[in-house]
Formats: sequence, C-alpha cells, structure tokens
Amino acid sequence: MRGALVLLPAAFFAVFFAYPVATIVGRGLRTDAGWRPGRLGEVLARPEVLDVLWFTTWQALASTALTLLVALPGAYVFARFDFPGKQALRAVVTVPFVLPTVVVGTAFLALLGRGGLLDGLWGVRLDTTVWAILLAHVFFNYAVVVRTVGGLWAQLDPRQEEAARVLGASRLTAWRRVTLPALGPAVAAAALMVFLFTYTSFGVVVILGGPAYRTLEAEIYRQTAQLLDLPTAAVLTLVQFAAAAAVLAVHARTVRRRETALRLVDPAGTAHRPRGAGQWALLGGVLASIALLLVLPLGVLVARSLDASGGLGFYRALRSAEASGGTFVVPPLEAVRNSLEFAFAATAIAVTVGGLAAAALTRRAGRLVRGFDALLMLPLGVSAVTVGFGFLVALDEPPLDLRSSWILVPLAQALVGVPFVVRTMLPVLRAVDVRLREAAAVLGASPLRAWREVDLPMVRRALFVAAGFAFAVSLGEFGATVFIARADHPTLPVAVARLLGRPGELNYGQAMALSTILMAVCAVALLLLERVRTDRKGEF
Amino acid sequence: MSTTKKITAGAAAVAVGALTLTACGGSGGTDDGARSKTVTLVSHDSFAASDAVLKAFTEETGYTVKVLKSGDAVEAVNKAVLTKGAPQGDVFFGVDNTTLSRALDNGLFEPYAAKGLDRVGEAFRLDGDRHRVTPVDYGDICVNYDKKYFADRKLAPPRTFDDLAEPAYKDLLVVENPERSSPGLGFLLGTAAAYGDGGASRPGGGGWQGYWKKLKDNGVKVVDSWEIAYNQEFSGSAGGRKAKADRPLVVSYASSPPVEVLYGDPRPAEAPTGVAEGTCYRQIEFAGLLEGAANEEGGKALLDFLVGKRFQEDMPLNMFVHPVSEDARLPELFTRHGVVIDKPLTMAPEKIAANRDQWIQSWSSLVLK
Repeated sequence: MRGALVLLPAAFFAVFFAYPVATIVGRGLRTDAGWRPGRLGEVLARPEVLDVLWFTTWQALASTALTLLVALPGAYVFARFDFPGKQALRAVVTVPFVLPTVVVGTAFLALLGRGGLLDGLWGVRLDTTVWAILLAHVFFNYAVVVRTVGGLWAQLDPRQEEAARVLGASRLTAWRRVTLPALGPAVAAAALMVFLFTYTSFGVVVILGGPAYRTLEAEIYRQTAQLLDLPTAAVLTLVQFAAAAAVLAVHARTVRRRETALRLVDPAGTAHRPRGAGQWALLGGVLASIALLLVLPLGVLVARSLDASGGLGFYRALRSAEASGGTFVVPPLEAVRNSLEFAFAATAIAVTVGGLAAAALTRRAGRLVRGFDALLMLPLGVSAVTVGFGFLVALDEPPLDLRSSWILVPLAQALVGVPFVVRTMLPVLRAVDVRLREAAAVLGASPLRAWREVDLPMVRRALFVAAGFAFAVSLGEFGATVFIARADHPTLPVAVARLLGRPGELNYGQAMALSTILMAVCAVALLLLERVRTDRKGEF
Repeated sequence: MSTTKKITAGAAAVAVGALTLTACGGSGGTDDGARSKTVTLVSHDSFAASDAVLKAFTEETGYTVKVLKSGDAVEAVNKAVLTKGAPQGDVFFGVDNTTLSRALDNGLFEPYAAKGLDRVGEAFRLDGDRHRVTPVDYGDICVNYDKKYFADRKLAPPRTFDDLAEPAYKDLLVVENPERSSPGLGFLLGTAAAYGDGGASRPGGGGWQGYWKKLKDNGVKVVDSWEIAYNQEFSGSAGGRKAKADRPLVVSYASSPPVEVLYGDPRPAEAPTGVAEGTCYRQIEFAGLLEGAANEEGGKALLDFLVGKRFQEDMPLNMFVHPVSEDARLPELFTRHGVVIDKPLTMAPEKIAANRDQWIQSWSSLVLK
C-alpha cells in the first residue's frame, strides 16, 4: 500500500529530474572514448572555482541566519497575536516570492542604492555590496519562515508552555524546553529551504552584487548557456549537488531525532490580542521590520507604475496593447490568465506528487524511505540551468518529447513546488499521534479511511499552506522554466521581462504596472486560499 | 534507444498520463492533427512580429507559425547546437556574426537558397553561395548618450572610442559584461576591430587590451545585462531618471533613440538620446533551416517569407533592426530619428570564432579583477 504511494512521486522525479540532470551531466563528462572522470580534478584545481564555492556557501549561510533572525519573531507574531489586517499582511509578505528578480533589483536599488532611502538619510549606499544580496534574500524568503514555522506554531497548544510556567519555569526556560523542541523540525525545514534557495541564488546576486560576486549557479549558467562548456558545467553541477546532498544529510540526521508527536489544536484558539508593553513592542518591531524590508520596496514599484502623465497612463497603455497586436506585447488579461492557468496546473501536480510522497513518508521507516525524503528536496539544491538544459537534451524522443508542449512549464514549476509541499506537510503529519490512527484501525477503519478521518483534518491547514507555496512558486516562475523554450503563452513575469528588454518610457512604465498586477494577483490568490482555510473552523 | 531510455520512457508515460489527468487543460493544445500545417520557428526572446504579418503568411502558404523563444541570443544558439539532430523546430532565427561560426561548424543548418535573396546586398551574405544561412536583418551596437546631461553641462558628447577614454568623460560610461550580454560582447568586438589584438602578454601595451585599460582608469562601470545598464544606470532612460542614475553614456543600439521616441510618454518631438557614431559595431542576424526539421517544406516557405518585403518592413518597429532587403522601406520613425551608420566596425565570423573565448577571458581578468 505505502509502496504504491511512493510510485508516482518516484516516477515523477526519475523522469523530470534525475534523468534530465544525468543526461546533461553525462554529456559533459563523457567523450566518444568513454567517461572522463579526470575532468573533475581539472576543473576543481582552478582557484576561481574554489572562490566561487566559498562565496556561494558563506553567503547562503549568512542569508539563512539573517532570514531566521528577522523572520522568526514574525512567525511568532503571526501565530500568536490577533491584530487588524493580519490576513492581508500574511498575503503581502508572500508577494516578494513571486516577483521577477530583475524587478526586485529595481526596488531594492531604490532602497539601498544611489539616491535611495539610506543614501538620503545617512548617505549610506549598499548596492554592489554583499549586504544588498543578503537583505534581498531576506526579502524573498521571509514568507518561507513565517509560513512554515508560523503554520505549526499556531497549532501548538499554548497551555503546555503555561503549564511549565506554573510549575516554576521562567518564561525563557519554558520556551526553550517546551516550545522550541516542538518547533524544531519546522524551523529546520524552513532553514533548509532558505539555505537551498539562497545557495542556488542567481538573479539577485547578479543584479545587486554586480560582476564582482559569483555564485555556483551564476557560473553554471555562464558555462552552460553562454560558453557551451558542458564539461566545466557538469563538474560545477556535481559540486553543487554534493554540497546540497551533504546539507540534506545533516538536516535529516538532526531532525529525525527531534520529531515527536505533538498536541495540535485549532489555530483560531491560540491567538490573542497582544498583552502588556513587551508584546506590543514585539508586534511593533515586527511590523516595522516588515514595513521597511518588504512593504517599502514593493511600494517603490507601485509608485513607479503610477508615475505616468495622467496617473494611470501605463495601465491604459497596457490595455491598448490589445489593439496594437504583435507577438511582443501581451494584453495584461491574457498574461494574467496564462499565469493562473500554469499556476493551477503546477499546484495540482505539486500537491498530488508532494502529498502522496508526504503521506508515504509519514511513518518512520527504513533507510530507503529516508533517502527518498532527502531526494525530494534535491531539486531546490540543484541548478535550474542544468535541469532546464537537461530537459532539452533528454526529453527529445516520443513519448517524452515535451519540449514544445505547454505542460513542460507547470511540470518544471512543480519540481520546485513539491519540496515545499513535502516540507510543509511532513512536520504536521509526523506530529499526528500514531495512537489516534491505531485507535481508528481498532475501531475498524480501513487505512484510507483512517487517513481521511484522522490525518486529513489535522493537515488541512498545512495542505493549504503548501498549496499556497506551490502556487506562488509557479506564479514567480521558479526553477527551470526560465531555461526552457516557451511557446507563446507569456505569463506575467515573462511579459515583464520582455518589456524591460526594450528602451522607452512606456515600456518601462508598463513593466512596473504589470509587476504591480502580478503582486495583486498573488496577494488576492493567497487571501482566497486563507479564506477557504479559515472557513472551516472547529476542525479538531 | 537504449534500455535505460526505454525503462525511463515507460515510467514517464505512466507519470505523464497521471499528471495530465491532474493538470487542468486549457492553455496550449496539441498540434498532432495538423503537424504538417504548423511550422515552428525557434528564436531568441527578442523575436517579435505583428500578428497581421504572421497571419498573412498563413493565408499565403497555408502554414501556421508557432514561435518558440529560447533564451537570449547566445543561449538560443547554444540550445540549437545541443539539440542538433532532434531540433525543437523547423527554422532557427537569430544567429548573428558572433555565433555564426559555432552554428555552421556544428552543421546546424540545411542549405536552402531563399527566394528573394537576390534583393539582399552582397555584404550581408556571409555564407556566400552555400546558403546554409539567410541574412534577415542588421543593427548596430553603439554607445548612446543622454542629450540633456551634455546640454546642461555644455559638454560635447563623445563620438569615438578614443573620446570615451578622455578625462572629460571620466566615470560616465556603463557597459555590459561581454561574458553574459550580447551588446556587451559586440562592444568588446568593436574595440577589438578598431584597435586590434594587443596580446595578453603586454597589458598596458597596445591593442584593445591597452584601450580597455584606459577605459578602466577612466572609470568605466560594468554590469551584467543590458536591462540593468539601460534601465538602472543610464541617466537618459525612463528607469534611469527615476533611479537618479548618474551615467549618461551606455552601450546600446543605434536604434534605441527612435524607440525612445516611439515609446515616449508623451511622445517627444526629438529623441532624448543620441548615438556616438564612431563606436558602432555591426551585427547581422541570420535564419536557417534546421537539420532534421519535421516540416522542411514549411521551413523553406518561412525562410522565403522572412526575406520578403512584408516581413522585412514589419521588423523595424517590432525588433528595432534594419531590413536587409533592398525592396523594404524604413518607417518614418527611423528615417527621422535614427542615424545611418556609414562605416560601422565589422569582424569576420572566423576571426571571432578563433578569438572570442580567449578575448573574453583576458577581458575579464583585465577589467573585472
């Protein structure tokens, strides 16, 4: 039974991840005369490769630490406090996730660059420094921590911590001994995802750091797409792969020991209005950090989209695109529709594949299943360039010649969405007390029925969080989709990139206007998801 | 087909079947039924044509054009090289003189002499009588300047490469990284065509290496893409003005000023930017019939169409390039606001192929380090 559950996720990863990656790497390491493992040593001996590896690793570690530092208080505030506009704000912090990096670069330069806020206030410029890269990574990944950790935190029974206090523990001790261990797996999952994301970061580094900073991902892009030096690209991919695998192994070992059954409660009952000066100050601090780091850059984009002769000029220009025709500019409604269609397809695939995998992985099992767990995370840590080019050379024969089919786009996006689904659902699924399932079985429920009646109600919240992620990942065109050839169904990010690729005020303004529409689409979609989720109160 | 391929293909069929059930249909569609009636054009992200013009092609020939955009110019060519033998489409458009040798040496194209080629000047036909590629358009990569900046300071804008290294223009120029950007590479090749190869062993000596050393001392700024250079660093663009950009000189195209007029808000009487005419490097773009094309006849018809008057006259306002056909007339926007570059810098594709990678490498250690 559980073996069958693994089948679809396993086939999905074999065909759309392992096979393409192996094919393109194989092309790089094999000549007509056979395998050439010696190339590994040749490439690794170059000093610049070590420099790139070192920079990639430390900036990812620093970005992860900084993101946790800034976002964990946020996760607490969203989980435990009630305040007006909370739902809307939770949607807003996810918006950065979907924005094209080139647009985010623009916004961040307005904050950190010449004539930006910091420059105006204190004459400080952070563009082309590593700080710009780190802060932009916080901007992108804030929602990962808030949603992954906050989702579980809201379901933790606060009475356990209160009981510890009653028994004489200090506030800190109670938190350290009761809450932190319970949150551990979710924090580790969030940290893992942020690390893998920043480890394979490309656009942000290139745009904000300038040519002086290079990540492995940027280097793999250069070697593959620009220089067609497949051997070097293959070695770099293997290095990136090895590092990601090592991190996954460490994560698996540390988390395994901490996962325990938890007492999960209805999140609606755990949040309250802030009490006392301390809590109000915490809320204020979190809101201020969100305003500064997330809302301000987004605001810059909105302001620029409105900076036309006659206010809404750029939006009107978008509408007239319909009249002018041409395959270049896309009517905004069509781009919205394309984006939503791809996003729904990608979400459906990711939730199906990821949900099945999570269900199969729920119970602690043998080494093989554990290995599969880590395998599912790998697409986050392996170069999107390699995957995209792998599609190109591997999926070239029927029945797999999907290269010019629309389905390849949501498939590639789902590859990035699945790890989110698994990582969001697994901590909650594993927290479900196994005795509940056993009780159901004793009472005569079939395994399927037990899952439906016991697990599903408890993970419904996690499922919606996961679906939200998969949706946002698709809207933001994550992963290999950038590197596969697209038939003409341009999505919002694609249309933005096209507009920014041309000179002229109207093009620039329309790019800003379309970015604003993208933000709105993302926020509204996530708000709707929240609504579905909270409509079902009293599910426990 | 090897056994592993068969096994994976089988597993894939299962997965695909299951996935297509879960994925909602809607966008796209299959073209199996009408395969021979569809001709697929693979190109770079900048490809654009009017719907009406593509429709005219369908009316004339019965073929519908499907466009696959495959990344930036160099990336698209490299993808075509990687998929040689099992191409993604029938016709490839977007090989330029920089990538021509790589494409031809890899045997990417089937020879075909397009109808209407006799109306294309000799200078554009870089593959001579072998007809593996068909010239479609040309454009010039040149330094653009912000007119207002120089007028405000009563400073004459630079005209030549030498000018750019003058103290009067210190810290004013932003260029794209030739490792990653095709205008950036074009600019580097332009300097190499103008100054020759000074050799890596004599940094600070002659040749383009010596020139770039002067540019570096004069404060040239390097960014990774045209988008960043033009929209964020260049003071003459809309984005640059909003970002308070302070570089009034940027590597862009000779056609950028007319495009600034076309997309001005409101449309200005005169272009806000100008072109330093002595810095222009010519790029010619080609199309070719991909080897192993599923629809060879359709591909040939499309190549005929690409050099035909209708498509040639449609290009300037879509891709901002010049037609190669003598039959095509330029739109008024170009004749009024554009400049004609009489003596652009050029370089033979063989010379580019022999030196490109090594030049980029020495450029990188000279300028970025």
